[in-house]
Amino acid sequence: MTSRVGVAIGVAAVAALLGVSAAVLKAGDRREPAPIETERLLYLRSGPVARRLMLSFDALAADIYWMRAIQHYGRERRSDRAANRFELLEPLLDLTTTLDPEFNIAYRFGAIFLAELPPSGPGRVDQSIALLKKGLEHNPGRWQYAFDIGFIYYWYGTGLGRGRLDYEAAAQWFDEAAKVPGAPIWIRQLAAMTRAQGGDTRGARRALQELATSEEPWLRGAAERGLEQVSAIETIAQLHREIDAFQAKHQRRPAGWAELFPNAPRGSAPVDPGGAPFEYDAASGRVTLSAKSPLFPLPRMSDAQ
Amino acid sequence: MRARRIGLVAVHVFKESVRDRVLYSIVAFAIVLVGASVLIGQITAGQDLKILKDLGLATIELAGLAIAIFIGVGLVAREIERKSVHSLLAKPLPRWEFIVGKYAGLLATIGINVILMTAVLYALLAWTGWRAPEELRRSWDAPAADPALLLAVLFVFAQLALLTAVALFFSTFSSSGLLSVVLTIGVWVAGLESTDLRRFGELTGSPLGAVVSAIGWIVPAFSAFDIKAAVVHGQHVPPALVAWRLLYAVVYSALTVGAGILVFSRREFR
Repeated sequence: MTSRVGVAIGVAAVAALLGVSAAVLKAGDRREPAPIETERLLYLRSGPVARRLMLSFDALAADIYWMRAIQHYGRERRSDRAANRFELLEPLLDLTTTLDPEFNIAYRFGAIFLAELPPSGPGRVDQSIALLKKGLEHNPGRWQYAFDIGFIYYWYGTGLGRGRLDYEAAAQWFDEAAKVPGAPIWIRQLAAMTRAQGGDTRGARRALQELATSEEPWLRGAAERGLEQVSAIETIAQLHREIDAFQAKHQRRPAGWAELFPNAPRGSAPVDPGGAPFEYDAASGRVTLSAKSPLFPLPRMSDAQ
Repeated sequence: MRARRIGLVAVHVFKESVRDRVLYSIVAFAIVLVGASVLIGQITAGQDLKILKDLGLATIELAGLAIAIFIGVGLVAREIERKSVHSLLAKPLPRWEFIVGKYAGLLATIGINVILMTAVLYALLAWTGWRAPEELRRSWDAPAADPALLLAVLFVFAQLALLTAVALFFSTFSSSGLLSVVLTIGVWVAGLESTDLRRFGELTGSPLGAVVSAIGWIVPAFSAFDIKAAVVHGQHVPPALVAWRLLYAVVYSALTVGAGILVFSRREFR
């Protein structure tokens, strides 16, 4: 046997053993899946300590924590876990922004992640606003952070539990944003509009339309989803008016969509902008967004949930 | 004549280093960047350009650090270990020229390495910029193939020049390669924390604070050369800052190489 043949046999043997080891791993995973709890570990929670440890590579470490935050958010959104959902989101975003205080999208998009109501997010408006305030502290020239705080108050309220909508706080933060040099003039108008018509979908639509012109594609996506939610809220309000009119005419509530809209095709139901049919409860006469809708849940400003 | 002798030593170091590791590190760098640029766009919420720049600059720095430390500490020590230093010093080659030649050779190796890696990074950034839609480009802090990145690369090179001088200095007197590596890394880490060390004295006001503060002034201030994040975010770097930092790198490197020459000149070889 020549040495060349020997090398070829050796290479083939190594390749074959690699294949066998992968097959063994796969078979083992199928029979006894590895616990995924380790994925939820975060060894380092202190931003300043992380900054020390990362030496001159803190920006790169911030990128890694940002990617982990996105993965954590996506994974938890899909999980059916009841307790401690999104528990690592805030520490991951805090680490990201401590390691790179200029990481604009981590503040803005991270704040939306944190404020999203369950089941789409943790509904932690307090953490969301704290993150944006941290951004404002590091970058006082960015009016967008103050604007985002106002928007969070307007759209998500002050948080879960005893949380409430706070249009005055929203208006105050819009005013703060307007004071920052370079801020667009429409923010002052939005502040006045919020004070006068808090809770009106027109104010929310205005704020979302401005967010939808953001240069950040992901923020634009979130704003476009918000605009669809506003449309869903307005449609629900319109449907309630139709139901009230039906009740006034017939002294009872409609039994279903077919009775309310007799000219519509049989079996059809009004759909939200996400394409899911609205749900109607004949007993209460209330219309709600389907839990299967991509727009679920609607923000706190709606009573349609 | 003197310059020619130094040049010969430098060319020898360069050839030896290139044959050893440089090409491998560049290939590894290119593979890491290409692989990363394909993958990171999927999971970064539109931050692929920032991450590509961060990753590229960090990899240039890391590859340079590896070369500076692991080749730098062996520059003189290996010659002593192989006893080839005897035949070298028997020739009409003053010891200081030998040290300066070694330093220049390794600096050239690192320089070529940094230039090639920067070229790969710019090619990838240009490609990323070219395929990005106009609206996405508007959201970037700075253009894809931003010329300002060259400033960050220049600062990385200045830092590496400083570190090479430190590694060479340890190489002149330490007989253990491992010890030289540990000492060089120790100085590098201390240098990255030099700003805090200098402030420590101001905070405490105790005699110990003064000692720590003095250490902060003595160790090479590697932290002063980290402008990567600022450049990636498109922030302005004042020309005066660039000039002062580069001057510091030249002065500190010269004094460290000078100290190495001093040690090496007094060393006896049996």
